[in-house]
Amino acid sequence: MRESATAKAVLQKRKWELPALRSSGRRFELSRLFVAGAVAVIAFIALCAIAPQWIAPYSPTEMLADSLMQAPSAAHPFGTDYFGRDVFSLVVYGSRDSLFIGLMSVVVGGLVGGTIGALSGYIGGWFDTILMRIIDTLMTIPGILLALAIAAAMGPSLTNIVLAVASSAIPGYARVMRGQTMSINGRPYITAARSIGVSRFGIFRRHVLPNSLSPLLVMATLGIGSSILAGSGLSFLGLGLLKEIPDWGTLLSQGRGYLTVAWWICTFPGLAITLLVLAVNILGDWLRDRLDPKRKEA
Amino acid sequence: MVRAILGRALSSLLVVAGSSLLVFVIMYLLPGDPVDSLIDPSSATPEQIASLRHQLGVDRPLYVQLADYFGKLLQGDFGKSLLNSEPVLPKIVEHFPATLALAAASALLSVVAGVLLAVLSAVHRNRWIDVVARIVGLLGISMPTFWSGILLLLIFSVHLGWLPAMGSDGWRTLVLPAATLGLIGAGFIVRMVRNSMLEVVNEHFIVTLRSKGLSERSVMYRHALRNALIPAVTMIGMLVGEMLAGAVVIETVFSRQGIGRIVADAILAKDLPVVQGVIVFSAIVYVLVNLLVDISYSYIDPRVRRAA
Repeated sequence: MRESATAKAVLQKRKWELPALRSSGRRFELSRLFVAGAVAVIAFIALCAIAPQWIAPYSPTEMLADSLMQAPSAAHPFGTDYFGRDVFSLVVYGSRDSLFIGLMSVVVGGLVGGTIGALSGYIGGWFDTILMRIIDTLMTIPGILLALAIAAAMGPSLTNIVLAVASSAIPGYARVMRGQTMSINGRPYITAARSIGVSRFGIFRRHVLPNSLSPLLVMATLGIGSSILAGSGLSFLGLGLLKEIPDWGTLLSQGRGYLTVAWWICTFPGLAITLLVLAVNILGDWLRDRLDPKRKEA
Repeated sequence: MVRAILGRALSSLLVVAGSSLLVFVIMYLLPGDPVDSLIDPSSATPEQIASLRHQLGVDRPLYVQLADYFGKLLQGDFGKSLLNSEPVLPKIVEHFPATLALAAASALLSVVAGVLLAVLSAVHRNRWIDVVARIVGLLGISMPTFWSGILLLLIFSVHLGWLPAMGSDGWRTLVLPAATLGLIGAGFIVRMVRNSMLEVVNEHFIVTLRSKGLSERSVMYRHALRNALIPAVTMIGMLVGEMLAGAVVIETVFSRQGIGRIVADAILAKDLPVVQGVIVFSAIVYVLVNLLVDISYSYIDPRVRRAA
């Protein structure tokens, strides 16, 4: 009786010494906290993108002549810029384009890359050989450089940034999807389906495709983060559209000239990018651990 | 062994040829006329445009342009700048050492910091060092370099005045850019090596070593780490691509000389031959480094040697 009480006390003491990190059950709560935070950040930024007027205290185009380049304060939590615009409102409104670039590049890149990979893996033969040689070759060109060249040749616009970022991501998606399609295609249940006379396309649509999708999904989630980074990088380098309401990358690059006098103009848009990408990556990691049975333990 | 290396070298050569071809085709297919960046199409007469197109050789059929392009590439002619007719390759060669120094310093930093953190993280699973490593891993892949670079610049140059904010001569100018770029690399490596350590730990040979009574230290550092590092070596090859691409942003942020800066400037000026030249050059560097990685593989991993 007394012994078990001591044991209990020891256990409790241990828990207290290393909160949230001791047992696997506790650790799970820590990851859950991360995931909950990530969902909250994404939800808030999504709300900013959908209804910025509900959140932003000022209009993003409103120039307050009496408050140019003011440091963060209660009235302007992120300060004001060189035109007297409220930086917080600019960041809130800028979320729309940044989020659009991230999501659309993944949708376009994932669809095109996934289709190429699935067809290549399922059809096989010379078709596969030729497609994969092209993909391998494309992979030797650093993604951002390819995106830069495409965006530069097509000129600055939101759609062109999406196309540029998407095409630089296509090879990666194609490779993953091809590998997965081929591995699924070799499973006994596919042979079984074939032996009972299911058509080639039927097997592909009903069995191969649905079972190959989860790695692509994980990759796409993690890809949203890198697409946002790549897209804002392109705008930072001056390939963004010069609009009244700039996206985060453009906002940051415009603030760069005032770095020594007004640190807040570039700091907050960058913080917004980092938070969003961080949240998406946490969610992507979580999804990967859930969907991949091999990694569930790890 | 020599035959295997020669074979790999030959296929690398083919890949380089392939990527030069792809870059050319992509640039050819993209909308937008190279002439547009030289003259304003609305004010020029059609004759002026036509004569300029003829001068640049873009009015010739695709296969003629392609043959010309490859013929010149083989002679080391990467084309000329549209703006000042300066040949592209000498300019790249002149500025490449600065970018190489940046890439090498960043790669070194990411490998040392990344592997160290990953190992500590896997050995002390779920302890604070593991949490730190995972946060570094996540932040490394989530922070835009143009932002983390600006923050470092703000703290260490503007406020503390410890390091120069710009320039590309001397090691002091290299610290901040390399730290910025190294952090991303470290992030990728921490995630990768930590995962492969955790996977290796579950393998039978580790269980065997433990049951033999080997100390945990010996199991982790002598056996698990060596096996976990094999995929990390591949990462180093891929990292070079990231570093070359990252240089475009970093060299702009820190006003450094280098081939990344050349691209960034050429893009704003719509000087496509320069952009194209640097991309082909980067692809060659990338393929070369990966060839070296492949060769070093057979020294690190005996299984690869036997297969070759």
